[in-house]
Amino acid sequence: MSILKKTLVKRLLLTTAVSAALMMNAAQAENKRIALVVKGLGIGFFEAAVKGAEEAAKEIGDVEIIYTGPTDTTAEGQIEVINSLIAQKVDAIAISANDKDAVVPALKKAMKRGITVISWDSGVAIEGRQFHLNPSSNPLIGNMIIKLAADDLPEGGDVAILSAGATSTNQNTWIAEMNKVKDHYPNINIVSTVYGDDLSDKSYREAQGLMKSHPNLKAIISPTSVGIVAAAQAVTDAGKVGEINVTGLGLPSEMAGHIASGASKSFAIWNPIDLGYAATTIAYNLATGATAEAGGSIAMGRMGEVEVNDDLEGAMADPFIYNSSNIDDFKYIF
Amino acid sequence: MSEINQYTARDIPERLSSPFKRVVSSWEALLLLVAILIFFINTQATPYFLDWWNLSDATFNFTEKAFIAFAMALLVISGEIDLSVAAIIALVSTAMGFAVQLGYDTPALVAIALVVGLACGAINGLLVTGLGLPSIVVTIGTMSLFRGISYIILGDQSYKDYPESFLFFGQGYVWSTVTFELLLFVIFAIVYYVLLHRTNFGRAVYVIGNNPTAAVFSGLRVERIKFLLFLLTGIMSAIAAICLTSRLGSTRPSIGLGLELEIITMVVLGGVNILGGSGTIPGVALAAIVMGMLIFGFGLLNVPGIVMSIFIGLLLIGVIALPKIASNLKNYYLERKA
Repeated sequence: MSILKKTLVKRLLLTTAVSAALMMNAAQAENKRIALVVKGLGIGFFEAAVKGAEEAAKEIGDVEIIYTGPTDTTAEGQIEVINSLIAQKVDAIAISANDKDAVVPALKKAMKRGITVISWDSGVAIEGRQFHLNPSSNPLIGNMIIKLAADDLPEGGDVAILSAGATSTNQNTWIAEMNKVKDHYPNINIVSTVYGDDLSDKSYREAQGLMKSHPNLKAIISPTSVGIVAAAQAVTDAGKVGEINVTGLGLPSEMAGHIASGASKSFAIWNPIDLGYAATTIAYNLATGATAEAGGSIAMGRMGEVEVNDDLEGAMADPFIYNSSNIDDFKYIF
Repeated sequence: MSEINQYTARDIPERLSSPFKRVVSSWEALLLLVAILIFFINTQATPYFLDWWNLSDATFNFTEKAFIAFAMALLVISGEIDLSVAAIIALVSTAMGFAVQLGYDTPALVAIALVVGLACGAINGLLVTGLGLPSIVVTIGTMSLFRGISYIILGDQSYKDYPESFLFFGQGYVWSTVTFELLLFVIFAIVYYVLLHRTNFGRAVYVIGNNPTAAVFSGLRVERIKFLLFLLTGIMSAIAAICLTSRLGSTRPSIGLGLELEIITMVVLGGVNILGGSGTIPGVALAAIVMGMLIFGFGLLNVPGIVMSIFIGLLLIGVIALPKIASNLKNYYLERKA
């Protein structure tokens, strides 16, 4: 028994003491401490966002970034993290929430104790934060997907859309927004919209069908990460690389091969680095006197200014364009 | 001679060690020491630890889990286990959220929660005692079943709009910085202490865990007692669900995901033999506090969650392995001597 006791006590002493010593220097300085709370640690997208946050911190100067989040992507885990941030009296919390409602009581408590709270990427219900930063907005996305197709087709031509489900809210909104601005691209002739239901095989067959029924097809726009990959594969398999350009919204890691082969000249999605950068500068500005009011705007460093709408939300920027010049930098990130 | 009896024979001491010595050398004393140690290290490591409000917030790290851990301790001592507790939380929370949509108020919500918790416990209990199935298999099954129902009902939606009075359970304070949950924790610790250590029922639980056959032949209604223990675990899960839902102010089907493992860690760290037969409530209560303070201390130091998980995993393995290693060492030592 006594052996057991001594060993356990010794182990605990040692481990705790080591971690204590390691972390001693974390609690110092008069810097503004901004906590970037993510959905879960070890996710490439968020690791990239932290790079942006660090960049912002360096630029501003007196900012210390605390990058934290639960191991599992649960709301309970995030609440424990928020509680410990409240206890540390950080100056601001910028969170990408696992659950837009469940974190509200904890974040309300944070605001009551004088901490600036914003959400970014994945939002928090309006009563639990001062501002929410969307990576982009529906009109910007709608415009971007048709612009991408038009930029590679100076002489114009037939273009088809491969969407997700016929009832997918996001995709339908983006396509509607695209239709609003299509007069700005008079050369682009949208011939058809088909639905691959966000299933690889169905999207692949729909893309094949588009190529058969529209022999003059010049581009396929797919505003979904599943569809764009399937369409690029279908174009490659049909031997039409260079004839038909696939574009839309996709993930760099999944699209890198198709950018290299030329099946897709470019596509778009938000840039996590910019997002982390913007979230940090906004959190800093709100913690140092700026306010988020409907109709107003908040500065976000090199990203310009974000306009605050009636729901106290704002859109950061156009989706970021990925092509052969930058795909290699991002394909390992997300 | 030494080959045969080394592992089976136990020395019968000429006299029992004194009560004082027994208390000092107990597992609970060790846990208390560890708790004090962690408390002290935390106060040194971070300036934010010693603050009444912070300490009060920190108790949420363990209170809800501890409610279930008390009942789980009894179940494990009796030789059974319930892995479906976190799924029961999800189902209970979903039922309450559903009732809110129908316009029910706080008392009805609590009643519904307790009924659903009891029903879940009864299903587990019937399958284990009625059909004689192993509890680990049954509760892995019901774990998917209960949470699956929540997913079917809710999908990617959530229930909120809980009445203001309901939020007291998880967000309310009874006095100064003492939360309602902390008060419940103390009450349950006392209730379960009395139940396990001061009643015939508690004695029976130990007997069943040590030797179910002997228990049957002693006239104990083993199956009935086990069934009651499953009911108890169901009710405690319901109470934890009430507190957790109230604290979150909303319900999603993923609520409480993975809590069962933390609860079982708590029970084992508290000195309960995972194979049944021994363990105490003070041990489990102390283990809850140790784990809560450890997690909170790490959180204050912004130690990444994965490091915490690794540490708690190591702690669990260490706690189970140490007595074994110690006894092996002791045997080895005795053999050398002989």
